[in-house]
Amino acid sequence: MGSSKDQLLVRLKELQIDFSQYEHPVVLTVEAQAKYVGNKGGALSKNLFLKDKKHRYYIVSALADTKVDLKVLSQRLGLGKGGLRMAPEQALGEILQVPLGCVTPFALVNESARHVSLLLDQGIKTQERCFFHPLSNDISISLDAHGLDKFLKSTGRDPSYVDLEANPPVGKDQPPDLAAFIPSGSTVLPDLPDEAPASQDSTGNHVSAGTKSAAVIAKAVKPSGNVQNVKEKPVNGARPSIPSANAGKFVEELLDKTSTLLLSEISEDSIKQHGGQLGTEVVNNIQKCLREDLKNLATIFKNTAYTEGFYAGIHYQPKRL
Amino acid sequence: MEKKEDQQLQQEEEQVVNPWEVSAKDGGKIDYDKLIDKFGCQRLDQSFVDRVQRLTSRPPHVFLRRGVFFAHRDLNEILDAYERGDKFYLYTGRGPSSEALHLGHLIPFMFTKYLQDAFKVPLVIQLTDDEKCMWKNLSVEESQRLARENAKDIIACGFDISKTFIFSDFDYVGGAFYKNMVKVAKCVTYNKVVGIFGFTGEDHIGKVSFPPVQAVPSFPSSFPHLFSSKDDLRCLIPCAIDQDPYFRMTRDVAPRIGYHKPALIESLFFPALQGETGKMSASDPNSAIYVTDSAKDIKFKVNKHAFTGGQESIEKHRQYGANLEVDIPIKYLNFFLEDDAELEHIKKEYGAGRMLTGEVKKRLIEVLTELVERHRRARAAVTDEMVDAFMAVRPLPNMFD
Repeated sequence: MGSSKDQLLVRLKELQIDFSQYEHPVVLTVEAQAKYVGNKGGALSKNLFLKDKKHRYYIVSALADTKVDLKVLSQRLGLGKGGLRMAPEQALGEILQVPLGCVTPFALVNESARHVSLLLDQGIKTQERCFFHPLSNDISISLDAHGLDKFLKSTGRDPSYVDLEANPPVGKDQPPDLAAFIPSGSTVLPDLPDEAPASQDSTGNHVSAGTKSAAVIAKAVKPSGNVQNVKEKPVNGARPSIPSANAGKFVEELLDKTSTLLLSEISEDSIKQHGGQLGTEVVNNIQKCLREDLKNLATIFKNTAYTEGFYAGIHYQPKRL
Repeated sequence: MEKKEDQQLQQEEEQVVNPWEVSAKDGGKIDYDKLIDKFGCQRLDQSFVDRVQRLTSRPPHVFLRRGVFFAHRDLNEILDAYERGDKFYLYTGRGPSSEALHLGHLIPFMFTKYLQDAFKVPLVIQLTDDEKCMWKNLSVEESQRLARENAKDIIACGFDISKTFIFSDFDYVGGAFYKNMVKVAKCVTYNKVVGIFGFTGEDHIGKVSFPPVQAVPSFPSSFPHLFSSKDDLRCLIPCAIDQDPYFRMTRDVAPRIGYHKPALIESLFFPALQGETGKMSASDPNSAIYVTDSAKDIKFKVNKHAFTGGQESIEKHRQYGANLEVDIPIKYLNFFLEDDAELEHIKKEYGAGRMLTGEVKKRLIEVLTELVERHRRARAAVTDEMVDAFMAVRPLPNMFD
């Protein structure tokens, strides 16, 4: 299981990071947190846990009043306009190992969050101290950016601060300026079913109220229960073994396709309709429908066999004289 | 003499079509007649389609039947030569600027595969990783990586490895290829290239000297390992019409250095899901259907983002019918629905208001899902070793079989 808040606090002390801690009833939103620690000399932070379409995760940690526009961020990361959305509730527990309402950069101490990318608001550096939850939302700690950096470095990360409110143009000649924040490690995390994403901080608070952003969050996403291996995207770096041109398999595929089509062509109706001519009729249809498909299968087979031969050729050892 | 292209017009009044930007006038539709006129190429009429059918003894590709490939230069010469028994080779390419390919990217490759099969001719495919490195400010390694990734999707379109050579500029430029580049470069003044491509004093010299790279694959002597004994071989280039400037320049230069002018066969732009204002954009995931989209994604995108010509209410729709001019599902079906009769039926019923937008979209979703699924299966069979084989500088002894 992930680190507990006590383990974290011990670690902070070991690292000689200066922080103040305040216990309070469980809070789920920045407003609620403000009630207890708003006047304690530290700026409040809002923390978003986001996910992109390729199942990569991000924590955006910002001052409570910094405007964060998911659309803009998505573009600056190079994910297009609608590439970022709030991560589903399940991911909070599985990846960050924190409860709802408790997203915090400190969650990155957990192994499971190894590949989560962190975007820090440069506004944090302007504050004397800033409040975060140390893995539990019944306690808030305040520390300065220097202390936060020390902690992050201890997890092996290189903290880097970004102007989250900036909106630089992204286009053909201006590459996305935050592209370096895309996690590079291949995510071997399970494909979490897309459920209605949880709002981790109170709604009006974190995202600039552009209607499009609301649409991003409110979009009803159907569970990916239906259909297949369609979601399988090859993980970067995982190399499939060289498939061999297997004549048996190839013939089976051809026969499969033909049989399926044949069966669909021969029914009570079609027998009634064509009688003795059914054979000719079916053959014509098969040829028409299957010709291209079978040719494509054959081309794949040919290309695979050629590749095997090519590979053998370039690795061939000439006879010794 | 060909109509020479003068200054690329940047005013808002005119539509802009060049290899790096495509936009219609006032955010409207691209005027293809004007484009053909301005560029100076010819319309591809039905007589050509019939002739291709006769010469290849097979039904013409759906893109030809539907006027997707609608313009050409010197296609008649290629066909004349072919009839005489003189073959040709195909040349097409891709600028690997992103990993995600969408259906618009596949169009020239789908058509080129048909041409390869129908005419039984070899093909060279150029991956302009250097161009993207320069224009998109990618690192050399990244553009090379993207080139290889894109090559896999290209191979998945079904090209025959015994007749196809894929190359990336970073790998292949040099030797005979480079000699031709210099020959071409010597024939194009700085002013000329500025006139054609709109370069300015601020553009770096990499951009200015790039055009010959895309020009010389049109000449068989650029590929000595393939065409060493065939200096006379003609070249046919299937491409989208925004690439025309490169080849206008090439055709201008070719006779001056003793080569045949390459012939071209050019396609329309594939409209974005949200409507016909220009090309699909790789940076907006909802403007296009990607080859990595799941069935769910396709359904969602078509249902939520496709711009339709249907009326606002069912009653109005039944009364007035749909506006087929702007309806994206109809346009997409025009590209991808093989059955002519079915398409006609849908157009008729939808235009009259008897068929609803939902039904048209449903049919489109079926067609696209099948297409993407087939592509994905083929893509899964492409390995790095296969890419190496396609990209190896090797002889292709059976390329005309």
